[in-house]
Amino acid sequence: MVHWSAEEKQLIASVWAKVNVEECGAEALARLLIVYPWTQRFFDNFGNLSSPTAIIGNPKVRAHGKKVLTSFGEAIKNLDNLKVTYSKLSELHCDKLHVDPENFRLLGDILVIVLAAHFTKDFTPACQATWQKLVGLVAHALAHKYH
Amino acid sequence: MLTGEDKKLIQQVWGKVGGCEEDVGADALWRMFHAYPPTKTYFPHFDLSQGSDQIRGHGKKVVVALGNAIKNLDNLSQALSELSNLHAYNLRVDPFRFPLQFLSQCLQVVLATRLGKEYTPEVHSAVDKFMSAVAAVLAEKYR
Repeated sequence: MVHWSAEEKQLIASVWAKVNVEECGAEALARLLIVYPWTQRFFDNFGNLSSPTAIIGNPKVRAHGKKVLTSFGEAIKNLDNLKVTYSKLSELHCDKLHVDPENFRLLGDILVIVLAAHFTKDFTPACQATWQKLVGLVAHALAHKYH
Repeated sequence: MLTGEDKKLIQQVWGKVGGCEEDVGADALWRMFHAYPPTKTYFPHFDLSQGSDQIRGHGKKVVVALGNAIKNLDNLSQALSELSNLHAYNLRVDPFRFPLQFLSQCLQVVLATRLGKEYTPEVHSAVDKFMSAVAAVLAEKYR
């Protein structure tokens, strides 16, 4: 059972309130595909991923990034129940999508860097620690139903 | 591994760190200790309170060493050879897992907070590759 302090919940909520889910999601997914190009293997049908510019401008990347981060929002509403919240998505990523859970960790770390670049000074060490904890737990919940 | 473009971007980014080695290093270390508490186990002899002289001193040391590596991107193995020995035989920081990855993540967060939009995907990619290369060299002599 994960414990979230009042301060942690506050840090999560206050950052999330200022996040543009569409922009941030698109940015995070684009960076995943740019910084770790082998992750493109899951997106063969996304069209042009041939350069950072192409990836950043790709409408399918943007749309999917938004979808992924919207789902992240669900985690934030259910901090005490992440495994249940992500149960179906976990099965999907294992059985249908065949995604190595290591990729969830990579995307989580990238999301933290995107937030850092966006919030700059305001992304304090306490903020980062809380968000690293959150992305770690989300990655763990998404891997939970793998078999 | 590192392209010509990567090397250029890394040198540019590092140019912006010049003069702030202690701040950047201390910030990165503090974030690492805060976000990944097990990393503190390597520093039982340190005062790990925020802003401590030891954290500042060590942070500066780390960033200066990275700066030196950046001046020798074509020969990282040799440039980091002594540090590689140190980490393998004396410090024995776990090479496979987290500490070097965690430091890389925290250093990148510090760069991103300082550079904002200028920490572009291309820069991010170059720095991530560089830190991977450094970690690989430091782990070379472990066994």
